[in-house]
Amino acid sequence: MAHIWMLGDNVNTDVIIPGRYNVTTDRAQLARYCLCEVLPEFAQQVQAGDVLMAGHNFGCGSSREHAPAAIQACGVQVVIARSFARIFYRNAVNIGLPVLVCEEAVLASADGQEIEVDLATGIIRNNTTGQTFQAEPLNPFVARIVAAGGIIEYIHQEGTLR
Amino acid sequence: MGTLTEEIFSYKLGRPVEEGETVVVDVDRVMSHDTTTPLAIQAFRKLNQQNGGRVFNPQRSHIVFDHIVPAATIAAATLHRDIRTFAQEQGISILQEGICHQVMPERGYVAPGDIIVGADSHTCTYGALGAFATGMGSTDIGVAYATGRTWFRVPQTINIRINGTLPFGVYAKDVTLEMVRRVGVDGANYRAIEYTGELVEQMSVSERFTLCNMAIEMGGKVGLVVPDATTRSWLRDRTDREYPMLAPRNPRYEHVIEIDASHLQPLIACPPDVNNVVPVEEVGQVKIDQVFLGTCTNGRLDDLAIAASILQGKTIHPQTRMVVVPASREVYLEAMRLGYLETFVQAGASVGTPGCGPCIGRHYGVLAPGERALTTMNRNFTGRMGDPTAEIYLGSPATVAATALTGFITDPRDFL
Repeated sequence: MAHIWMLGDNVNTDVIIPGRYNVTTDRAQLARYCLCEVLPEFAQQVQAGDVLMAGHNFGCGSSREHAPAAIQACGVQVVIARSFARIFYRNAVNIGLPVLVCEEAVLASADGQEIEVDLATGIIRNNTTGQTFQAEPLNPFVARIVAAGGIIEYIHQEGTLR
Repeated sequence: MGTLTEEIFSYKLGRPVEEGETVVVDVDRVMSHDTTTPLAIQAFRKLNQQNGGRVFNPQRSHIVFDHIVPAATIAAATLHRDIRTFAQEQGISILQEGICHQVMPERGYVAPGDIIVGADSHTCTYGALGAFATGMGSTDIGVAYATGRTWFRVPQTINIRINGTLPFGVYAKDVTLEMVRRVGVDGANYRAIEYTGELVEQMSVSERFTLCNMAIEMGGKVGLVVPDATTRSWLRDRTDREYPMLAPRNPRYEHVIEIDASHLQPLIACPPDVNNVVPVEEVGQVKIDQVFLGTCTNGRLDDLAIAASILQGKTIHPQTRMVVVPASREVYLEAMRLGYLETFVQAGASVGTPGCGPCIGRHYGVLAPGERALTTMNRNFTGRMGDPTAEIYLGSPATVAATALTGFITDPRDFL
């Protein structure tokens, strides 16, 4: 069963993966230091399929794609936030890390609770409280990239960027 | 008809474009640096196996080494080596002469009406010259290297009107911190910011770079200044190409924020968020272990000039270290010619190779646990300059120089 890891507002990419640890393209290396500044136990204890939840402006700051890559490499199934910083959101979509905006789900959930997410419909079910939430729909262009599994896959599928 | 952003997209696409539309456009330039290029190469290779694996245009593709120069570790040196191999294969010249956001405009690669994407969040700096420029991640940049195109949702625009005149001891950086305080760290998320008003019109291009550089600190996609005679004269010796002097026409702004600079004081952003801004005179006795003058926000000649004028003939406080890193080779050479570097070195500062320096905590001035720095950087995030228990304060070059003399956060007005 997937569990929630709850974070606050304005979690920036420097704390998701600090500059001193991102001088690499090795995903496993990035995963080892993911969120080390704010949740030191996270990288060790996160289970494949777990869900990151956050407040406003998740992923603000640097454009480093190492941030969503580190989260993805940890096996996180989806990041659900009240809002995302623009570059992080785009990076996550591009590399196929699912991201959902759902204010209500974040406000009504807590760290460690059990959760189920249907990525196709955006339906989020908190199994600890029994509550169900609907994430905000995606921009249609973003939805096509997500459906393809990332921007590279999208372009391969379409033959070009259009 | 529209905001400067809408005007630029309409000009590029040859049809009226409005905010909210999702468009695919050709880009004028693509940029990445030594930290973000390796992942961009991976994306590029994954995408581009079928058409011979060439970048869309090597003359419009720019790789800048600035984040860890010269290489500080074997890991960094290895990344540099691999990027050099890629650049050579693609016919791209690597630029290693300063911070990407300083070098790109200096070399004339940025002009009004351009659309530029860069794998660094502070790419929004180029909006100071009227270009629509924004930061993206490595995969977007890999795609842009391969195709020469990208997609955008054309953003709505916030207009920040800055009027009045700068009081004694108050600089473009203080105005910028006041904006972040007012707008908040995500108040401009997904939006363009257009800076207008009499003070912006009077500002030098360097000061406009400072304003636009920190648009991302409010979540902004781009920060724009309408190109004018100041822009033209700055570009005169840097590019001979024709460019359109686009301007907003009956723009519909999402909202307008008015700032009267005449009432501002020297400001400081306290850790760990950039909008945590207070007047310098209200911070109390905050001991500072290291000051840092430099970065894409404040590493230009006018910044160094202000600091040098404060430090001239003096010595920094014995309990405080000072690091100075000019933003580019051009700035470095001019600062050397004018004697600023000698002033810094005589005062006891370390002067480093043009680049990002200690701003990302990898080399040349890393902080120990519990230490405190006052810098001219744009971010004060936890762990950015080294140990996560170290604290980072942000201020103007004048405040940084005054603080270097006293060892605690100091109002520069006492030293000017």
